[in-house]
Amino acid sequence: MTLRWWIADSLEMVKRNLRHIRRTPELLLDVTLQPIMFVILFRFVFGGAIPIEGTTYVNYLMAGIFVQTIAFAGVYTGVLLANDLKNGMIDRFRSLPMLQSSVLTGRTLTDLLRAMLAVTVMTIVGLLVGFRPEGGVSGGLLAIGVMLTFGFALSWVGVAMGSFVRTPEALQGLMFMTVFPLTFASSAFVPTDTMPDWLRFFAERQPLTLVTNTVRSFMLDGTGGPDAIPALVWSAGLLVAFFPIGLWLYRRRTSQ
Amino acid sequence: MTRPMIVAEGLEKHFGTTHALRGLDLDVAEGTILGLLGPNGAGKTTAVRILTTLLRPDAGHAEVAGIDVLRHAPEVRRKIGVAGQNATLDEVLTGRENLEMIGRLFRLPAFEARKRANSLLERFALQEIADRITKTYSGGERRRLDLAGALVAEPPVLFLDEPTTGLDPRGRLSMWDLIGGLAKGGTTVLMTTQYLEEADLLADDIAVIDHGKLIARGTALELKQRTGGERLEILVTNPGQVAAAATALAALSGEKPFVDEAARHVSVPVSSHGGMLTRAVRELDAAGVEVDDIGFRRPTLDEVFLALTGKPTDDETSAPEELAS
Repeated sequence: MTLRWWIADSLEMVKRNLRHIRRTPELLLDVTLQPIMFVILFRFVFGGAIPIEGTTYVNYLMAGIFVQTIAFAGVYTGVLLANDLKNGMIDRFRSLPMLQSSVLTGRTLTDLLRAMLAVTVMTIVGLLVGFRPEGGVSGGLLAIGVMLTFGFALSWVGVAMGSFVRTPEALQGLMFMTVFPLTFASSAFVPTDTMPDWLRFFAERQPLTLVTNTVRSFMLDGTGGPDAIPALVWSAGLLVAFFPIGLWLYRRRTSQ
Repeated sequence: MTRPMIVAEGLEKHFGTTHALRGLDLDVAEGTILGLLGPNGAGKTTAVRILTTLLRPDAGHAEVAGIDVLRHAPEVRRKIGVAGQNATLDEVLTGRENLEMIGRLFRLPAFEARKRANSLLERFALQEIADRITKTYSGGERRRLDLAGALVAEPPVLFLDEPTTGLDPRGRLSMWDLIGGLAKGGTTVLMTTQYLEEADLLADDIAVIDHGKLIARGTALELKQRTGGERLEILVTNPGQVAAAATALAALSGEKPFVDEAARHVSVPVSSHGGMLTRAVRELDAAGVEVDDIGFRRPTLDEVFLALTGKPTDDETSAPEELAS
């Protein structure tokens, strides 16, 4: 019974969030124009200068752009939640007999839809600028599955951050300062071989690299490669940790 | 006597070093309107937030529709409608979408949510703007939609936190009409207000709170009587004669008169009519005082508030007329 209401309430919240997106299409910039811009810039600026062993730069790059976009979109969930917390809407929800956690699941499920849109847009743009994955349909679907799982887990990190910070602007700053360096200190845009040892040690073990390598491997040759298990463990771990942390921080924040 | 629909006993709430509520007790009988009256910072909003499950008190007990607010918050939420001074609407949704969403979150079937949204939009004269996003609504329209939102589930208990603050006179009148109509339909209403006029007009019962505590409780009439019943008030023609008029009235009443030199007003409590007016005119005439106006009146709730709290109500608040401009 509770499960049924949880689904119904969450879907009602998704419906609300989608209406917001329809009336404020700018909310989709980070999953449409922004990744397109990154694909084109990286493809044509670095494409000629960075030789990649065994494939082209654009083939190497795409997994990185995918994961970067998904990571930013995930944490952006928190910005949208912080916005809701700032105006009185959450109080209205809290005075209704709905399941309160559905505000958060509605938010993260909407983010999953945004991530799917991002994947679609980037795949098309990638194909237009020379991206030729050879992992087959199953490889492609598995790659997407890995990305979306990671994105969903990160959106719960976003929920926790959004409930913790005082303003949406603060979270945007915090997001930039954490996700941005993490995407560069990874295998997203360049191989880690030429990095200094200390950076390489970190870069090769952090989740964005593990997820990027796995996505790349699935797309390019259809196998997950050696990082597939660690990548999934990270996603599952983040989800298991931040689902309750996010809920707890949200409850704490809203009961003040 | 039926069981009260809203009960608060010894509610305490601190915010840091601020003591918002200090043992507040309240009860509201079924089908009545209680006006919770107090200046800014008296604890009105805190009390409403606790009773509507939004805030946990540090101590005390509260029940709404017979359900423990602290232990069974989700059940309480099924019984209440809430409308606030900060109209909580989704600005990007239309009026209709807001109402339908609330209906769905109250677990109404889709067709029922649609039907109720429709009839509320009609009842609150919002049909014409029903499909515009609420960001474009005027203050009065937002408040009406907010109140409509509180009524979607036809709750037996309604909490209205300063429902007319910031509205223009016309908006306030139409809000008063709507609220008065609800109580006639059997809904129990707890309404906070800074406006004595509003409490006087709408509420069956008034609870005055100050510094987080109940300081008076009763009907508007009872509260007025508590400050000494009727007063005789005169408007003196010549400013130079105000003092003489005060002396004459003091002799008449045996009590100390209230004098407003600048306004040429003198007033004094009187115990009964019994020829008082004729005597007053004679005394004033004998003292050579000319008078432009003379009459009896009951104290306003402003004077009641002053008498109860020892300070005027308008230290932080403005009269409705000033807010409306």
